[in-house]
Amino acid sequence: MSAWLDWLAGPLRYPFMVRGLLAAVMAGAVCALVGTYVVLRGMAFLGDALAHAILPGVAVGYLVAGGARGSLFWWGLATAVLTSLGIGAISRVAKVKEDTAIGIIFAGMFALGIALLSTVRDYSVDLAHLLFGDVLGVSTADLRLTALFGGAVVLLIIAFYKEFMVLSFDPVLAATLRIPARLFEYLLLVLIAVAVVVSMQTVGVALMVAMLVTPAATAYLVTRRLPVMMVLAAAMAAFSGLVGLYLSYYAGVASGAAIVLTCTALFGLVWGARSLARRIRPQESSLG
Amino acid sequence: MIQGRPSTARAGRRGAESTLLRTLWKSPSARRRDAHRPGTSILEVSGLTVRYDGRLALDDVSFQLKAGELVAVVGPNAGGKSTLFKVIAGVLQPSQGQIHVYGHEPGGHICIAYVPQRSQVDWTFPANVADVVMMGRIGRMGLLGWPQSRDWEMVRGSIEVVGLAELARRPIDQLSGGQQQRMFIARALAQEAELMLMDEPLTGLDVTSQQDILAILGQLRERGVTVMVAMHDLKLAAERFDRVMLLKRRLLAMGSSEQVFTPDRLVEAYGGHLRLVQAGEEMLAVSDTCCEEGAEPGERLA
Ligand SMILES: Nc1ncnc2c1ncn2[C@@H]1O[C@H](COP(=O)(O)OP(=O)(O)OP(=O)(O)O)[C@@H](O)[C@H]1O
Ligand SMILES: [Mg+2]
Repeated sequence: MSAWLDWLAGPLRYPFMVRGLLAAVMAGAVCALVGTYVVLRGMAFLGDALAHAILPGVAVGYLVAGGARGSLFWWGLATAVLTSLGIGAISRVAKVKEDTAIGIIFAGMFALGIALLSTVRDYSVDLAHLLFGDVLGVSTADLRLTALFGGAVVLLIIAFYKEFMVLSFDPVLAATLRIPARLFEYLLLVLIAVAVVVSMQTVGVALMVAMLVTPAATAYLVTRRLPVMMVLAAAMAAFSGLVGLYLSYYAGVASGAAIVLTCTALFGLVWGARSLARRIRPQESSLG
Repeated sequence: MIQGRPSTARAGRRGAESTLLRTLWKSPSARRRDAHRPGTSILEVSGLTVRYDGRLALDDVSFQLKAGELVAVVGPNAGGKSTLFKVIAGVLQPSQGQIHVYGHEPGGHICIAYVPQRSQVDWTFPANVADVVMMGRIGRMGLLGWPQSRDWEMVRGSIEVVGLAELARRPIDQLSGGQQQRMFIARALAQEAELMLMDEPLTGLDVTSQQDILAILGQLRERGVTVMVAMHDLKLAAERFDRVMLLKRRLLAMGSSEQVFTPDRLVEAYGGHLRLVQAGEEMLAVSDTCCEEGAEPGERLA
């Protein structure tokens, strides 16, 4: 028993681990919450592209600040919001198919980010941090920003719950109710962008799509109610953040990868359990 | 005029539900006084023309509806029925012409409920029947509003009226086509609309379900709700509706079934693809889906 407690308390002796845990829990929950809509509306590719497209902005911030990381959040935020609005515009006017357009532009932006960073000597460590996260490097100021912006995302998702739900489920009803569809489409994109930036330090841009998609997809396996799905997704993402960091601490695995792998394992577990339950009681639906 | 009568076997159940709906439903005339311009007809359409990329779908359509009318909209495929409903619901902008609902422009009106022909909704969406019906209340909740106990009552009442009470908690991806249709009708009921536009609510339903829905329409009329129903069954249109509208791009005719379903007009609308049956004094059109082998246009009308 006490060995178990020691095991749990072990990492908590280090303030950077406590900050990391808090960041992972908050970022995970926020990402999973907006991720619910990413999954339901089939925006996974867009979310991935959005995360990658931040890189050039962050790279410029990095170069401007001469390697200091204090201002990277703001550079990321500005880039992400601009990019999300750009995506909204592209999907309106593009003559190419939307996913093709997204692919062209965002692979380009990602490459630009890497090119910019590569002008610095010894850039590989910082590049790795941006790509795969650096949750143990989270400062108190970072934590405050995460709480502030993550909280704002959560509040907006709750406040406009009805509108987002109707727009996602039945655009025709939304039109008869005169819900300003375009406004809310853009708002959703911006919220995804903010969630991505909030989680940038936790899992990095390369693994971001997992945080958006996996917990929400896991929740969808066990419920057919939107509010339940949102709460479950957020809870599972937060839990994965905790477990992932402990895993990272004790097994010496990269933290971002450990968090994402925990999410994936959880999905596999739930999926397996559900298939098993169906085989045992095939007539009964596990969804209610 | 023949009115919608529920079959006697179901009359008892229906009667009880009718009272339920009545207690929940605030009288439209009571609401009309404060919300609408007095002395206007509920729906006034004038010179309505709709083009899709230059092709005419509706051509100079004009008509008026009085409150509490039950109107069947019939016409051949591609006749413009769905287009008409979309424009009135405010989902589609007309090329020309005006629409006034109680003297106001369409769109954003919680007093119009629209049940599309094929609802383009995401059937994998995590929602159950009650959740979808609750969406009908959103227009009344306002920005940042949440469901109140009255909203829940309306939802429960509407679900009971369409006979889905046992399925209220069932996820929508586990419904049959007929159940889906009833769910959307319940949503329109929950909206407490004064004008309901139902695009082919009877298509694909078995006879019992059709009768159930026709009974609901009868109740709605009793409540003073105006209902327009697009449909293909001319016999039902003639028997169960106050007025009939025959639409083939232009409004060919509107009035009682005797006035509208004349041989000339039916041939104009459907060509020969229609079987007409002489029933006493009146011509009855039985089906517009198929012509019999070898029947020539107009042959049976001689
Ligand atoms: N979105 C659209 N774009 C282009 N043309 C359209 C569109 N919707 C309808 N049309 C055309 O407008 C005309 C009227 O179509 P509409 O759907 O209103 O007919 P309808 O009477 O409802 O037919 P049905 O009985 O088959 O439901 C048709 O010629 C159709 O091809
Ligand atoms: Mg139609």
